[in-house]
Amino acid sequence: MIGADIVLESLKKANIDTIFGYPGGVVLPLYDRFPFHKEIRHILVRHEQAAGHAADAYARVSGKIGVALATSGPGATNLVTSVQNAMMDSVPTLFITGNVARNLIGKDGFQEADATGIFMPTVKHNYLVTNANDLAPTFAEAIYIATTGRPGPVHIDIPKDVFLEDAEFNWPKTINLRGYKINDEVDSEQLAEAAELINASEKPIIFAGHGVIISNTSNLLKKLCEKGDIPVITTLLGIGSMPTDHPLHYGWMGMHGSYHANIAASNADTIIALGMRMDDRALGRFADLNHNAKIVHIDVDPAEHDKNLKATVPVVGNLSTTLPSLINNIEETNHADWIQWIEKIKSEHADSMSIPNTDKLSVQYVVNSIAKENKKNELVVVTGVGQHQMWAAQHMNISKPRQLITSGGLGTMGFEVPAALGAQVANPNAKVWSICGDGGFQMTFQELATIVDEKLPIKFAIINNGYLGMVRQWQELFYKENLVDVNMSQPNFMKIAEAYGITGIEVTKKEQVSKAIIQANKIEGPVLIDFKVESEGNVWPMVPAGASLSETVESAKEL
Amino acid sequence: MKHTVVALVEDKPGVLNRIASLFRRRGFNIDSLAVGTTHEEGISRMTIVIEGNENIADQLEKQLFKLIDVIKVENFTNQNAITRELALIKVKASTQNRREILDILEVFRAQAIDLSTASLVIQIVAHKDTIDALIDNLSRFGILEMVRTGRIAMRRGYTTTTDEVIEYFDDSSKFHSQIGRLSNGDFPFVSD
Repeated sequence: MIGADIVLESLKKANIDTIFGYPGGVVLPLYDRFPFHKEIRHILVRHEQAAGHAADAYARVSGKIGVALATSGPGATNLVTSVQNAMMDSVPTLFITGNVARNLIGKDGFQEADATGIFMPTVKHNYLVTNANDLAPTFAEAIYIATTGRPGPVHIDIPKDVFLEDAEFNWPKTINLRGYKINDEVDSEQLAEAAELINASEKPIIFAGHGVIISNTSNLLKKLCEKGDIPVITTLLGIGSMPTDHPLHYGWMGMHGSYHANIAASNADTIIALGMRMDDRALGRFADLNHNAKIVHIDVDPAEHDKNLKATVPVVGNLSTTLPSLINNIEETNHADWIQWIEKIKSEHADSMSIPNTDKLSVQYVVNSIAKENKKNELVVVTGVGQHQMWAAQHMNISKPRQLITSGGLGTMGFEVPAALGAQVANPNAKVWSICGDGGFQMTFQELATIVDEKLPIKFAIINNGYLGMVRQWQELFYKENLVDVNMSQPNFMKIAEAYGITGIEVTKKEQVSKAIIQANKIEGPVLIDFKVESEGNVWPMVPAGASLSETVESAKEL
Repeated sequence: MKHTVVALVEDKPGVLNRIASLFRRRGFNIDSLAVGTTHEEGISRMTIVIEGNENIADQLEKQLFKLIDVIKVENFTNQNAITRELALIKVKASTQNRREILDILEVFRAQAIDLSTASLVIQIVAHKDTIDALIDNLSRFGILEMVRTGRIAMRRGYTTTTDEVIEYFDDSSKFHSQIGRLSNGDFPFVSD
């Protein structure tokens, strides 16, 4: 068997049936063998970055590993953004690149880049395979590393002549890495201490992070909060870990999170942080997050403990093994006074995150209408980065894990188009709505061609305000309204839709919104809606950069 | 304060790159880094000296251990351990003041290992502070050149840092230790 066949057999062995890729010189020997491995669906994208983001979203929606493939040199460097994106958000992904033949490595040959070196700080681990006999064990190891513990991207770099070399398909029976041990034992001592803190608390609060979704433990989260009567707030990536209509769900925290969530976080006496990495956008100024709270921090990655915020009781472990034990250890109780206190703040500040009462076309109204006009259990929302992302997170009632696919850590504009592609491939029956910024859309809309090729019925909602909205908001608020390079001219999006052979709908008035969404859902193929929204809205509430959550403001007047 | 951290790592291409890149990226302030082989094939041992508070040392240990190729990390700072460093120092030495220098070396248990009419090469194996003191004493003669290895460390007594690591090692983990080396010799040239 030649190396190329070993690569494809390895993927099959790991139950991988879909890869996103783009061919080029050194991966030709691999592409040459695709027709002989029909079980693997190769989706031809239009840019390698899109292959990476599609694989990323595929993994987030399906819970399986996502795979992207690119050629050497520019193919590999084009992947870098998507690799870092998967790294920051802990997404199990496998990136395969070709490289020049072994004898040309280090000789600056045509399309050579030191992909192994370039990817090194952006991946969980990476490999340069220099012998076809190593291919199968490398893939087994790589997939194991990518999908276990704290998931993340793993990169495999394969020289062209390794694809052509004859070797055995020696898939290993077991994986044993002495530098990477998954510890499934529950640290019962730490958990008992955590439970003691929680039992003694009068004002506890749970921070639910992406880890709850990654580890499929939202049912355990529900049990925990119900038994201990503990209010839950989520991070941006934790949205969906709790249904929004659950009585203990109090929105999401952070720079544009709910006012009451931020204030509750600042006033709790015990914080139970689950599967989160204590990010600055979620917690504001670390030093002043909460001076009195004891912090229980459960995370599978011990390096997250005490990195940004000192934990009173750090617990290392997967939520699927630690939460059952914690639930057993905590007392059934109620915190009616504390919850009432939060409820009071919530009702007093209900207006700070509401849909504006205006005849103009507001983004909040648009995204909320998309949520309303779709069935809750069918909708998957993909967003770009910026104002529209925050409004989508605020107003779309995301109530299921894996229902909101958004670039959190890296904040990658342009994620929305290729990520929607990956999301729809992962779940063909879902109604995938991609909420696009007019800026982000223009970064990656070449993927409309892929979407048409693959007959994916994705609905694109371009939130078109003619601005890089979030940048404009910052220039207005923090740079004395000195608007520089944020006012963008737009192409005629209807003509773009037409050029790609998909339906385009233009919406300029509030009363057209619902009709357009219903119409788009009825069309079997992809649809692009250009929502020409109010151009200068700002996202509220807001924690100004460098401020603490307790300094959350609800309008520009407070700044 | 200074922390001495010992790491056992896979002896394979790219490991030093990963570790150096981690230090740079996370802003760790490294005083010295010494790398060498161990008695176990496939394992290299690094001794890292880092300047910073407890928190920084704790992060360094955790971030290092997170690398797949790092097998074990141990902080020697509050342990009963021997730490040593080797220095080679070339000083100006005339026939007139050579005796004086040799007397100094005796006090510091250093040795002269090379000699010319105008110079001496001195070797010292000692704790960092001792080497610093020797250098202080030699500076008035004129130091021509100096090289230091950086600190290495080992636990006192019977216990070792390598015990459990060797226990883990079996045939199935051999693969990971070996993969990634470019083979020797010429490959058939592949024209694109």
